[in-house]
Amino acid sequence: MPSNKSVSDAPITQFINCRILKDHKLQREDLWVREGRILNPEKLFFDEQGYADKHVDCKGSIIAPGFIDVQINGGYGIDFSLVSEDISGGVSVVAKKILEHGVTSFCPTLVTSPAAVYHKVLPQVKVHNGGQHGAGVLGFHLEGPFISAEKKGAHPEQYLRTFQSGGVQDLMEVYGSLDNVTMVTLAPELANSQSVVRELCQRGITVSLGHSVANLSQAEEAVQHGASFITHLFNAMLPFHHRDPGIVGLLTSDQVPAGRTVYYGMIADGIHTNPAALRIAHRAHPSGLVLVTDAITAMGLPPGRHTLGQQVIEIQGLHAHVAGTKTLSGSIATMDMCVRHFKQASGCSVEEALEAASLHPAQLLGISHNKGKLDYGCDAVSVLDTSVLRSIYISGIYSASSSKSSL
Amino acid sequence: MRLVILDDYELASEWAAKYIRNRIIQFQPSADRYFTLGLPTGSTPYGCYQKLIEYHRSGDISFKYVKTFNMDEYVGLPRAHSQSYHSYMWNNFFKHTDIDPANAHILDGNAADLEAECQAYEHKIAEAGGIELFVGGIGPDGHIAFNEPGSSLVSRTRVKTLAKDTIVANARFFSNDLSKVPTMALTVGVGTVMDAKEVMILITGAHKAFALYKAIEEGVNHMWTVSAFQQHPRTIFVCDEDATLELRVKTVKYFKGLMHVHNKLVDPVLSMKDQ
Repeated sequence: MPSNKSVSDAPITQFINCRILKDHKLQREDLWVREGRILNPEKLFFDEQGYADKHVDCKGSIIAPGFIDVQINGGYGIDFSLVSEDISGGVSVVAKKILEHGVTSFCPTLVTSPAAVYHKVLPQVKVHNGGQHGAGVLGFHLEGPFISAEKKGAHPEQYLRTFQSGGVQDLMEVYGSLDNVTMVTLAPELANSQSVVRELCQRGITVSLGHSVANLSQAEEAVQHGASFITHLFNAMLPFHHRDPGIVGLLTSDQVPAGRTVYYGMIADGIHTNPAALRIAHRAHPSGLVLVTDAITAMGLPPGRHTLGQQVIEIQGLHAHVAGTKTLSGSIATMDMCVRHFKQASGCSVEEALEAASLHPAQLLGISHNKGKLDYGCDAVSVLDTSVLRSIYISGIYSASSSKSSL
Repeated sequence: MRLVILDDYELASEWAAKYIRNRIIQFQPSADRYFTLGLPTGSTPYGCYQKLIEYHRSGDISFKYVKTFNMDEYVGLPRAHSQSYHSYMWNNFFKHTDIDPANAHILDGNAADLEAECQAYEHKIAEAGGIELFVGGIGPDGHIAFNEPGSSLVSRTRVKTLAKDTIVANARFFSNDLSKVPTMALTVGVGTVMDAKEVMILITGAHKAFALYKAIEEGVNHMWTVSAFQQHPRTIFVCDEDATLELRVKTVKYFKGLMHVHNKLVDPVLSMKDQ
């Protein structure tokens, strides 16, 4: 039953019996999609005299915008920081698999690595949209090497760098090209970091503060120069102190320029952050919370030893440590697990939990005009059941998968 | 006229919806022979629409072979505005049914040539074979559609300037800001509705009681345009107790006494599933 074809003759799918996350609320509404974009059904009815060609019965499921993971180092045996024969192939494997967790866009993350790795890897993976083949790539997240030695976490010390040549020059020397880069994590206390922050922001690259011993004023200065994100809050930074809250203090800082929001990543796997700390952050600044997985190679793999960048890590249950130490080296929780854990630990609403994984990262990256929301014109969604993450709808193709846990 | 009096708003809405349902099913509409339905907007018919949607969802009625013609629409209000009658009909009725969008007609208050739009609408109604059943409401000033007091009782679809009473009554939908309320509307005429084979007027609430009194117990008068239907061969007024508060006790008793006859129109209630 196609429309009068005044706008398009592509088929229209109508999702019925669902609740959609719209305007920050779950509403009992149908969702209309054509050519991978969400349609305004009223316009379709009156302007085009159109109606759906296909109905999909969601049986009461929630339809949420696709999740956006801005910090993921690999998974399923793939390590984004490891130079392999088929780098883009490896990214594609992960991209396809994470669809099952509801992630429809992501930033492949590279940990601190030697310049050669960046020069090799960065040109191999371009920004591209998702589809049935897998989640879309939004661009690389470069976590390091311009970070603090004291807070390197699982990053290899020998490849840490400073801005000794003035800043931007060091950047280009190490990374080679910034073409497919969407985010850079750096430590703002490093000398010459201000010009780097400004340069990156000017190029439209999100600057994130992390793996740092910066105090609050250093962090605030970086924000004033354009930094807008905090990499895995609480982890790899100075702990909150009541006379100098450090980077954590950005959550309630009054030095953030008007109209701007500081977002912060949280690994809500129950391990990286105590639920009480998660609650404190959430209550202090709920609109800035961005769920990230910081998932590593071993995500999706059985327990044992695996590589991450230039180091070896060990998996036991949901824990991943630098082999032989107690240093956490990233998580193996999936995004849907993080959403559920966040909701359960913080007691927030389903809507807030879903937005922390979709709307907020989209706002952070400045792509919320067509991602992270189910507004007319937006693309890529995921479908969640209240009891089973059941099926994914992305960019026009409806596909089913299964994974069992409840929201 | 038939005056059908139910105890409350819900029962009145249900009676009206059942009547519409039975009429459509009895008509046995098909691709060669559509059932043409005239439709109102506002808070009065809301309950009736809800019931019709329920009947559709349960598979008892389909709107596939139904053509609808709404009574009116504001002039100059963007179609996507939440208070436009297009929005009302989409959200409260069309989106929940299987009606073919090409068969859902509403006057376009943003047409470049409003008069031409009105004439085209009359033409569309004629082409569709006229209206089988026109459902309407009544304003507190006794108007049908936007045929304000003083409208000709033989009027056709045209542009009307709204009366002060109507604008004030509508302000509640525009954040109580009188300056935001549209002052003109396109409306079917009294004559247009009189041409329908059958007319059903829904009237609920005490604030409509005086208008009902004027419409059925006083004479035909262009200051109370609903009174024109005293001269229509087939009119049903469906109301709740509160709407009868200004009628004579005798009138109410007479028609209440006829409820067993009226109820034969909705009992048994027919279903598409039996066909």
